[in-house]
Amino acid sequence: MTKVKPTKARVATVWLDGCSGCHMSLLDMDEKLILLGEKIELVYSPLVDAKDFPENVDVALVEGSISSEEDLHKIKLIRRNTKVLVALGDCSVTGNIPSMRTVFPLAKVMERVYDENATINKQVPTKVVPRLLERVMPLHEVVKVDVYLPGCPPSADNIFFAVSELLEGRVPEMTSTARFGA
Amino acid sequence: MNNTAIEICTLIIENHECGGRADQTILEVAEENGIFIPTLCRLSGLSNIGACRMCLVEVKGMNKLMPACVTKVQEGMVVTVNNERLAEHRRLALEMLFSERNHICSVCVTNGHCDLQFLAQKLGVNHITMPYIHPLMPVDASHPRFLADHNRCILCTRCVRVCQEVEGAHTWDIMGRGTKARVITDLNRPWGESESCTGCGKCVQVCPTGALSEKGQAAGEMLKRRTFLPYLSMMREVGK
Repeated sequence: MTKVKPTKARVATVWLDGCSGCHMSLLDMDEKLILLGEKIELVYSPLVDAKDFPENVDVALVEGSISSEEDLHKIKLIRRNTKVLVALGDCSVTGNIPSMRTVFPLAKVMERVYDENATINKQVPTKVVPRLLERVMPLHEVVKVDVYLPGCPPSADNIFFAVSELLEGRVPEMTSTARFGA
Repeated sequence: MNNTAIEICTLIIENHECGGRADQTILEVAEENGIFIPTLCRLSGLSNIGACRMCLVEVKGMNKLMPACVTKVQEGMVVTVNNERLAEHRRLALEMLFSERNHICSVCVTNGHCDLQFLAQKLGVNHITMPYIHPLMPVDASHPRFLADHNRCILCTRCVRVCQEVEGAHTWDIMGRGTKARVITDLNRPWGESESCTGCGKCVQVCPTGALSEKGQAAGEMLKRRTFLPYLSMMREVGK
């Protein structure tokens, strides 16, 4: 008798302007990753090899704020191809540390980094690297966000709970466990 | 002690029949009866000013929402503390505090000990719906022991009140209006050059956020010690 293989949920994780700490927290689930692995297929992530964000994604966990033209392009694509978009961590929920530069004009920030504080090859990059936006934004300023998971980083338990609930078709209720900065 | 008769009122708060003295506020009577009303600018031992709008409640027969911390109880009052309208008002007021300044919780000295942070969690504010203003705010590090970081200030005026009412120095005050308002020391001179500041540090301890802190603290290290306040206000009452 052949077992019918249940279809796994297509899950993506994305790293925009963040420190990857949220992804480290994701990995920090330890043995629960195996539990999750039985239920999900990781279709796109910094942790796997897919180069392009695929279509028909069930859940996307997005770490990081919208800080560059590339981020802006990516988040719109992610929104189009995703059923449930989760803002993972403070950068994607509030802008957090990347947004601290927004108080200064972008030209001043570039000057500070690539001129004042540079010791060799002083020049503002114009090629290859994506152009930065004047204003760093949380995800919900650009696209509709379905679930907010604040924390810097959100705990592994919170991420596991959120994903598990979503896989069961429920909206995760995390007001008692998740907060800004935690 | 004065011997004037104390008027007792009976009122209904959140479907509970409560009794209170006529000189008590809705907030005081609610708390005596175990009914939670969120507060932020309020701190027991200081005067109440109703600035933060967290304690807004509905009073039957009144069109306006009333701040529970400065509204005295009356006979027959019917008070609603929790409903969707009040929750929405509180959430919006709190969100505006976040959007007006640069509250970066993760790198704040009071991360994990902050009244603003915890109230946001309690009221279910898990993102800020209005755009952040990102104002360029000064940090005053001129005082040898303390730091004033205006990025984290919510203008609750606890510092102004404790300095005036308890320490008696009135070093702190508010300058400007609206989003331009700022707490200042000595007619807007650097804190370290203030002649009226006694360096007692009460303002630092009562500050609900990381706006006022002790120097040399890293993120999450600034624990506020507020136990002195009920003691001092009790002494003040005795001395009257």
